[in-house]
Amino acid sequence: MILSLFVIFALGPIIVLIFNSVKGSAELGRNPLGPPREVIIENYPDAWETGNFSTTVRNSLIIVTGTVSGVLLFGGMAAYSLAKLKLPRIVPNILIIYLLVISSLPVQLFLVPLFVLWRTLHLIDNLLGVIIIYIALYSPFSIFLMRAYIIQIPGDFEDAARIEGANEWQVFTKIVVPLSWPVFLSVGLIVSMFAWNEFLIATVFLTKREVFTVVTSYFAFSKRFGVDWGLTSAAAVMMIIPIISVFLIFQRRFIQGLYQGGIKG
Amino acid sequence: MWKKGEIILAFYINSKKIRPEFKRMVLRKKIIPWLFLLPILLLHLFVTIGPSISSIYYSLTDWSGLGTAKFIGIGNFQQLWFNDKSFISAFSHNSIWLFYCIITFVMALLVASLLAPLKKGGIAIRTVLFIPFVLSSVVTASIWRNLLNPDRGIGAQLAKIGIYGLDKAFLGITKTSLFTVFFIDNWHWWVFIMVLLLTAMQNIPKELYEAARVDGVNRWQEFRYVTLPGIRPTLFFLILMTGIWTFQTFDYIWILTYGGPAGSSEVLGTLVLKNAFIRLEAGYAAAIGLTMSLFSGILVSIFVYLKKKGLEI
Repeated sequence: MILSLFVIFALGPIIVLIFNSVKGSAELGRNPLGPPREVIIENYPDAWETGNFSTTVRNSLIIVTGTVSGVLLFGGMAAYSLAKLKLPRIVPNILIIYLLVISSLPVQLFLVPLFVLWRTLHLIDNLLGVIIIYIALYSPFSIFLMRAYIIQIPGDFEDAARIEGANEWQVFTKIVVPLSWPVFLSVGLIVSMFAWNEFLIATVFLTKREVFTVVTSYFAFSKRFGVDWGLTSAAAVMMIIPIISVFLIFQRRFIQGLYQGGIKG
Repeated sequence: MWKKGEIILAFYINSKKIRPEFKRMVLRKKIIPWLFLLPILLLHLFVTIGPSISSIYYSLTDWSGLGTAKFIGIGNFQQLWFNDKSFISAFSHNSIWLFYCIITFVMALLVASLLAPLKKGGIAIRTVLFIPFVLSSVVTASIWRNLLNPDRGIGAQLAKIGIYGLDKAFLGITKTSLFTVFFIDNWHWWVFIMVLLLTAMQNIPKELYEAARVDGVNRWQEFRYVTLPGIRPTLFFLILMTGIWTFQTFDYIWILTYGGPAGSSEVLGTLVLKNAFIRLEAGYAAAIGLTMSLFSGILVSIFVYLKKKGLEI
């Protein structure tokens, strides 16, 4: 059927990648696309060492953790406010339009002044600098998603807590957040994926080898070792295994979250 | 007899001290929602709004990115829109790219309509098709650069079995570079459109399809008269967003061709970076960025205008 063609189209290149990652250079010359006749695993440790994966994976993980925490915390707070707290009537609409406008602004508009600002603040070549940018970039979409979810939590739980004397912060952390765990999970997954894979900001703001992420490091790596398909394929496989695994486990939440964010946004 | 504490308590409750307390509580109720919004608003201001406004200012200056900026009014824009071939070329490439996106939508509509009626099997296929989307652009670029290698890639293997003509270095030929980059980008993100359309299709009431079937329509008519109208809002919204996103396209061009060969795949997104960080013309780059935003604004305005005119969008 037509669908199988599309499946081959989608998976084929990845399967070839995996095949190539276990081939030696001799076999790659004879058999560049097919299944390996001889499985060699040296490409993996080689790529790990040469690509400085221990550092870059650590950097990427730091960025992802920081970004997701920031988005869930600050975005969650904003979503809660927009969903449940009493603001003057037109404000939520204005803020939603604001978030829409922000998400359609091209990065290139504010990239240069942002870079200069970051340079003055010594946030270039600094993982925290990138985390802050990512939080700002990924929060509009996340706030949309979280707000849509929180708005349909029955208000009784919060009212009960408020009567018991809880302040807003406690209502937020002890009632709303636990009840919203599905949307927090979806947002966390999607933001993790974007933060792990991001290229433009990472390339511009992280220029020193020690702070390279998996992505920028692979970019440099594939430029240097592009000819050695075995090596670059192994590096690529190591990069995509984490995200594919996480995706396959949580795929329903991923896709659902992207759909809801895409439509609402 | 009243104890000492109770007397003091009675005094306190009766005193005027209670009213400021109440005022403070009401004030808190009004401020707290804003306090929850504050962190993210401040962050946005700092990272996005502030620099965007600076960009507007810098686009009116002659500035290298270092040192002071010299005000030159609309000089950058005059140069950019009327004298700069690379800008016009890049702009046209973005427009052509948007045209190429028709392919994306055809693929998405086709597969979505095939998956919509399926139940459990559909989810498995959807998941598998989605895998390319979670790959980073550097990895996708690398995979396809190898697959399109004229000596060892797909084209070469096809030539071995007698299918000639596909073993060219598509990325390195000026006529095909833009389309090839689009093709690779498309491989990555067409599923995203497909999934959104699929979900929209699944929200079409089944009764409409049943009614159509009773009238004896064939599959194509069913698609044209039930499915398409049913997903119209989503479809038009996605077309708008695609228009906005494709004008910002950057990653794949930068990684695969760097705008070449000979600027044949240059786009506005890469032009901004080259002007800002290589030519050290940050003011000029800001002007390009502003032009991009203006264009996005025009697209959104057209959309909103059509919507207001009742064109059931």
